[in-house]
Amino acid sequence: MAQKTALHASHLAAGAKMVDFFGWEMPINYGSQIEEHHAVRQDAGMFDVSHMTIVDLTGANTRNFLRYLLANDVAKLTTPGKALYSGMLNSTGGVIDDLIVYFLQEDFFRLVVNSATREKDLAHINAEAKAFNVTVTERPEFAMIAVQGPNAKAKVATLLTAEQQAAVAGMKPFFGVQAGNLFIATTGYTGEDGYEIALPNEQAADFWQQLVTAGVKPSGLGARDTLRLEAGMNLYGQDMDETVSPLAANMGWTIAWEPGDRNFIGRTALEQAKAAGTAKLVGLVMEQKGVLRHGQKVITAAGEGEITSGTFSPTLGFSIAMARVPAATGDTAEVDIRGKLVPVKVVKPAFVRMGKKLV
Amino acid sequence: MSNIPANLKYASSHEWLRAEGDGIYTVGITEHAQELLGDMVFVELPEVGETVGQGDDCAVAESVKAASDIYAPVSGEIVAVNDALSDSPELVNSSPYEDGWMFKIKIADEAELGALLDAAGYQSAIDEA
Repeated sequence: MAQKTALHASHLAAGAKMVDFFGWEMPINYGSQIEEHHAVRQDAGMFDVSHMTIVDLTGANTRNFLRYLLANDVAKLTTPGKALYSGMLNSTGGVIDDLIVYFLQEDFFRLVVNSATREKDLAHINAEAKAFNVTVTERPEFAMIAVQGPNAKAKVATLLTAEQQAAVAGMKPFFGVQAGNLFIATTGYTGEDGYEIALPNEQAADFWQQLVTAGVKPSGLGARDTLRLEAGMNLYGQDMDETVSPLAANMGWTIAWEPGDRNFIGRTALEQAKAAGTAKLVGLVMEQKGVLRHGQKVITAAGEGEITSGTFSPTLGFSIAMARVPAATGDTAEVDIRGKLVPVKVVKPAFVRMGKKLV
Repeated sequence: MSNIPANLKYASSHEWLRAEGDGIYTVGITEHAQELLGDMVFVELPEVGETVGQGDDCAVAESVKAASDIYAPVSGEIVAVNDALSDSPELVNSSPYEDGWMFKIKIADEAELGALLDAAGYQSAIDEA
């Protein structure tokens, strides 16, 4: 039996095409994935991301626990509300999940983790939390709506009380604040400005409808995938997993090596991988007809690689991909598309951000 | 419910075929097929003059979701292709039976038409899938 979010009926009423997404019945599109994609790049769109898992961590020792649990270092979080993106690694240096951690109070941090990895994440976090006396509380009573696009914040503002507007005024990227019934964060998965808003399930449908009235276009998982790929953001399970080092997944920037005496899970394996050298995750651009797809083989002068995520980029009008290739790969490669070798450009894995084309 | 015009013939692989006279047949994909594929981004068409056999893959529809082979519903020679699709592949989504046609074929053997489905037959084929 598929799980349904608090917005399930809203999706059906809006004509959504529903699909199974790791046990959740979620909207893939509401008619046209490409129109939804453009709405987010040019105006404002919204996604039901209630299937994502919110986990609250409480206890005096929470910061120390997270400094051990995560490859990034929550010591960087000094202002309440500040958030950090990190990998959560296993002892062999593979990625159990990628997540966002919010520092709310010294004894209260919030994680938002992927839904597809919910069970193993909770098992891992609970097991490791015991030694730190940290209490782990899942918050399934919250729905979550991502409102994204250049006009997203202005449209959300029309729904907020004066107190809520004051709470988010001037909020920098990667912050979260509890404002009345809404937990409002300046985060997202599209490369555009906007918010991710958590709120009680019973208020979600009404809030969603108010956003529709404010001119925010409901957008499905299809557009979410093309937007995140244009933005060069990894998708867990596709661009990296437990068998992949963050160093081979363009996540090197999320590893806090200093201070050198901070012991975090996976550190030893990661240091060995770094010394030995790993493959790298790059961007591919193909300006001729065709679409790069997950699993296609990449041929380079330095050896073979594989496309981890590929799509047609609605913003650029041609195909883009992320691929794991040998470290010595230069600025060109070939991709085996259904038996034909097609030349592609190798670029940094970021294609479109804040409405701007980067390639 | 998908629109399945009664005046067309269908292949179970979701192509439709319309008689234009003189043994010429126009081919496209059904409304049901374009719904399954989602927004179309490229359509690779055969060359005019090419000879194809019944069931040969002779075109590719690339959507946001997947690349999908299009099969020749009958044998014959390709006599025209829909050049509008190179700039506007979305015609396959918005008008699958009219503006979104893919190619015209001069049939080699009318007997092959017997292997195709009528609208009711195609409807039951997709109901069972």
